[in-house]
Amino acid sequence: MDKIPILRLGRFLLVTIQVDMHDRLALALQDDLTSQIVSTRAQGVLIDISALDIIDSFIGRMLANIANMARILDAETVVVGMQPSVAITLVELGLSLPGVRTALNVDRGMQLLRLSRASEDSDFDRRPIP
Amino acid sequence: MTVDQSREVAVSSQDDVVLVRQAVRTAALQIGLNLIDQTKIVTAASELARNTFVHGGGGFTRIEIVSEGVRRGIRLTFEDKGKGIADIDQAMKDGFTSGGGLGLGLGGAKRLSNDFQIESRPGEGTRITIARWK
Repeated sequence: MDKIPILRLGRFLLVTIQVDMHDRLALALQDDLTSQIVSTRAQGVLIDISALDIIDSFIGRMLANIANMARILDAETVVVGMQPSVAITLVELGLSLPGVRTALNVDRGMQLLRLSRASEDSDFDRRPIP
Repeated sequence: MTVDQSREVAVSSQDDVVLVRQAVRTAALQIGLNLIDQTKIVTAASELARNTFVHGGGGFTRIEIVSEGVRRGIRLTFEDKGKGIADIDQAMKDGFTSGGGLGLGLGGAKRLSNDFQIESRPGEGTRITIARWK
């Protein structure tokens, strides 16, 4: 398997990482997501990492990169489902994932994305273009 | 210290880094490390095996199950014949990088291990040994 599928869910993109990623696969995901954010005009990205046994500095950097690129492209990113042992190890490794929003599970992550977009929707997106 | 079991994994590509992670996980399970310690040693192995490949131009990882008195542990050796590290103290510092990474590899791997030893000579290569005890 040399591609991680990206699903479209309304205004959001959903990625579930279920394989032990080598570095090339992580970079490919980063590129794919960035181009899909543009082509689908997605407003949010949800990345489910509950199946990941470890996050090393490379994967951590990929997550931070995705969040930063998405922000520049006007989309929010939420990373969900981090295992407690992974969180403990990340902190000891020295990674704090700057700029990455997290939630406990997919449900809460979706809620967070909807909430962060709801305020903008009401006073901007729904206004008719003059 | 006695070596109860030993195996070597060649590290010459990104895919081999994944193989090292899996082999270390298997060994960690075998000696019954708890989940947090498993995660720590596998993460440290991932950082160091990547260094072997990216900075050392390839090499190998030796994975050993060792015992000392009543305690058992995993000892990992990462060896390459690459360009070596000129200033080890500097390389151990967080944020120092020569390869465009985050510079957390060496210092991070040390924090995630119980024992950490590094030997390196410019032009001759690098050998890093870490251990995690149960």
